[in-house]
Amino acid sequence: MTENILEARDVRKSFGGVKALKGVSMSIRKGEIHCLAGENGCGKSTLIKIVSGFYEPDAGEITINGTTYDRITTAQAIREGVQVIYQDLSVFPNLTVMENLAINHQLMAGGTLVNWSGIRRTAEAAAALTGLSVDMTELVENLSLADKQLIAISRALLSNAKLIIMDEPTTALAKKEVSRLFGIIKRLQAAGISILFVSHKLDEVFEISERFTIFRSGENVVTGDTGGLDDRKFAYYMTGREFAEERFAAGAVPGEPVLETRALTLENGFYDVSLTLRKGEILGITGLLGSGRSELAKALVGYVPADSGQILLNGLPVRIASVVDAVRHGVACVPEDRLTEGLFLIQSILDNIAVSRWDALSNRFGVIRRREVEREAAAWIRSLSVATRDPLLPVQTLSGGNQQKVVLARWLANDLKALILNGPTVGVDIGAKYDIHRIIRGLAGRGLAVLVISDDLPEVMSLCNRVLVMRSGRLAGELAVKDSTTEELAELSMRE
Amino acid sequence: MPETLSEPVRRPGFFGRDKNFTRLLAIFVLVFIGCAILKPDLFLKASNFQSMAKQFPEFGLLSIGVALTMLTGGIDLSVVNIGNLAAVLAARVMISFAPKGSSPEQTLTVVVAAMVLALFVGALCGAVNGLLVSKIGIPAILATLGTQQLFMGLAIVVTSGRPISGLPMIYARYGNRNIFGAVPVVLAVFAVSALIVGVLLSRTRFGAKLYMLGSNATAARFAGINVDRLYVLAYMLSGLLAAVAGLIMMARSNSAKADYGISYTMQSILIAVLGGVSPNGGRGNVQGVVAAVLILQLLSSVLNMFENISNFYRDILWGIVMIGVLIINYLINVRDLRRQSQ
Repeated sequence: MTENILEARDVRKSFGGVKALKGVSMSIRKGEIHCLAGENGCGKSTLIKIVSGFYEPDAGEITINGTTYDRITTAQAIREGVQVIYQDLSVFPNLTVMENLAINHQLMAGGTLVNWSGIRRTAEAAAALTGLSVDMTELVENLSLADKQLIAISRALLSNAKLIIMDEPTTALAKKEVSRLFGIIKRLQAAGISILFVSHKLDEVFEISERFTIFRSGENVVTGDTGGLDDRKFAYYMTGREFAEERFAAGAVPGEPVLETRALTLENGFYDVSLTLRKGEILGITGLLGSGRSELAKALVGYVPADSGQILLNGLPVRIASVVDAVRHGVACVPEDRLTEGLFLIQSILDNIAVSRWDALSNRFGVIRRREVEREAAAWIRSLSVATRDPLLPVQTLSGGNQQKVVLARWLANDLKALILNGPTVGVDIGAKYDIHRIIRGLAGRGLAVLVISDDLPEVMSLCNRVLVMRSGRLAGELAVKDSTTEELAELSMRE
Repeated sequence: MPETLSEPVRRPGFFGRDKNFTRLLAIFVLVFIGCAILKPDLFLKASNFQSMAKQFPEFGLLSIGVALTMLTGGIDLSVVNIGNLAAVLAARVMISFAPKGSSPEQTLTVVVAAMVLALFVGALCGAVNGLLVSKIGIPAILATLGTQQLFMGLAIVVTSGRPISGLPMIYARYGNRNIFGAVPVVLAVFAVSALIVGVLLSRTRFGAKLYMLGSNATAARFAGINVDRLYVLAYMLSGLLAAVAGLIMMARSNSAKADYGISYTMQSILIAVLGGVSPNGGRGNVQGVVAAVLILQLLSSVLNMFENISNFYRDILWGIVMIGVLIINYLINVRDLRRQSQ
């Protein structure tokens, strides 16, 4: 008989009028790797925050290690051994590795003076738990994301964690880093620690977990053994819809070149990049984090202009020194991080779409023709099926997928020649990803030249006609999608 | 344009849209009633309203200027000093080119030219602030702290530290006049300025982009907004309003001085925040600031009517109002976010 480390029974939570959790129940066994999946906004994060004491539930109860709580405080949760690794990792970037690792421990121990040798011992012990091998005196802000994550995990272990909850830990990791993380998770399991792994990536759920629970709109849909799960079922449980995986077919005959680069170079970014993007094609660029793919995207739209080389539009050299220049030439970009680079979070959905249209839709005194703007934005909200009850609500009320549609919609009304999409579906659930891919294919079908930059290899394979691989700042190869496999692409991008 | 027809956006009513303004109006009415009850004989007199209407336009204009820069996520600590520099230069010109005994035509020409010069100086000073913030990337609070000293220093040099008086009579005479015997000229100037800025913010692409810039400058750049130009324009407008305020102060005191109304700097920030302008940028509007100006004027006037309350308590009161407003705004934001998100 297996014991449960955590049981949640009929947990309910509303925010204002929105029911985030409509009575969910789930249990995690001791020493189990349990995966919690669901689309954005399904209530996963709410449940995590209730279990860790951050939110107070409206109803229901939580049992941890046999103790039942109506409501649990953060201090109680920590005492029971519940540790959450949030997506933002909650590390202190301005402190050293050593201080980050040992800080909680030291604080708990009390005392007025800092015991530096004690800190170093604690920190080294913590690092040993996860195999973290970095300089203890390095500032955390200089570390890679993967190492920061290890610091957060090591710190959790120091606090005697019995249940570690990881909130979408792989979103920003390269393949190699993901497999390192999985290795660590397996080791933790061997040490008797239970893991709740929150993710909406099917391959990860398969690889790492034994059992899974899926939420949809605040209710649990299914709990079961991972063994009985497949692609189709997974997508269906998450979304309640059926999807067919498809490959790009339309527009397979690309037109004349639209955007070309000749020996484009940015010091410490990318070197000697020459590429051709044609009318009606979807060209993919992939590569690991730090391969220069994002820098290239920023240079093409003038956000950080290249140092040397040429950009040609419709065969003519153009100077793109700022995003304003790029947009004037009909080149626009959907940036990588929609929260910090794409959206105006506190402003309305309507304004977030209309921002690129105000110049075109205003009279010569600069007065905006508001009705026209509103009608246009409302039409895009409809045609991209952005799920909102009111376009005047702040865009931060939308789920990730809908937010991404808003950033896309911003450019669709403009007469563009080329659109550059950097990570078009990062952190977006399956349903919205499917919608966004459909929209992108539609754009190419209507003759737009689309450049998709992504490290999601299955996405690149299903969406693009052609894929360029970047490695250490240089173009390392090209694949035609119709006669290659995802494995070939992975091999090409990860080769040393 | 997609083919699908869709319903027009349903805008909520005026009061439904701007809860902050509704709240401020309610506070205004309450304060007004409170004043009327506390000091019915002194407060409810036409002369009291006349005198209030002559007092608030100068710091009201400064507040609107500060609010504009706060909308971009910055701040302008140099407004008072811009106003003084503009006034001091205008006064210099008036005295030098229209000394006592000049013909009325010449005096009028010089006065108008001096006012235009003042406005130009205000816009120029604002442009300096804007360039420091946008092109050089100095945080607004530091950039304008630096130019605050610079502009004051220039004004001190121009005046040798003394007030400039003996301005042409016609300047103060027209400046302190009432239109139709009831509406002070300075009130009209304030109303027109507030209206213009209000329309700019709520109806034009300049205003719309300003809000976007204030809520996320990086996203604004990616959205193809000319961010640097927008910063410069916002600070120029702030400088321009400061120059108008400087001209008003000059008319009221019939003199110009390098360090006139220094306490207005903090007061105008207080008013902007009270008026609902977010110190983080991207939120706020002119009607809110105007309501806050009026509320503060009422409080200030009624405070003066109590002879046994020393003026020394004024700063304590302003401090409490400021902190109180910030706390209330914080609580309201938290509540709204909870309501909107799940």
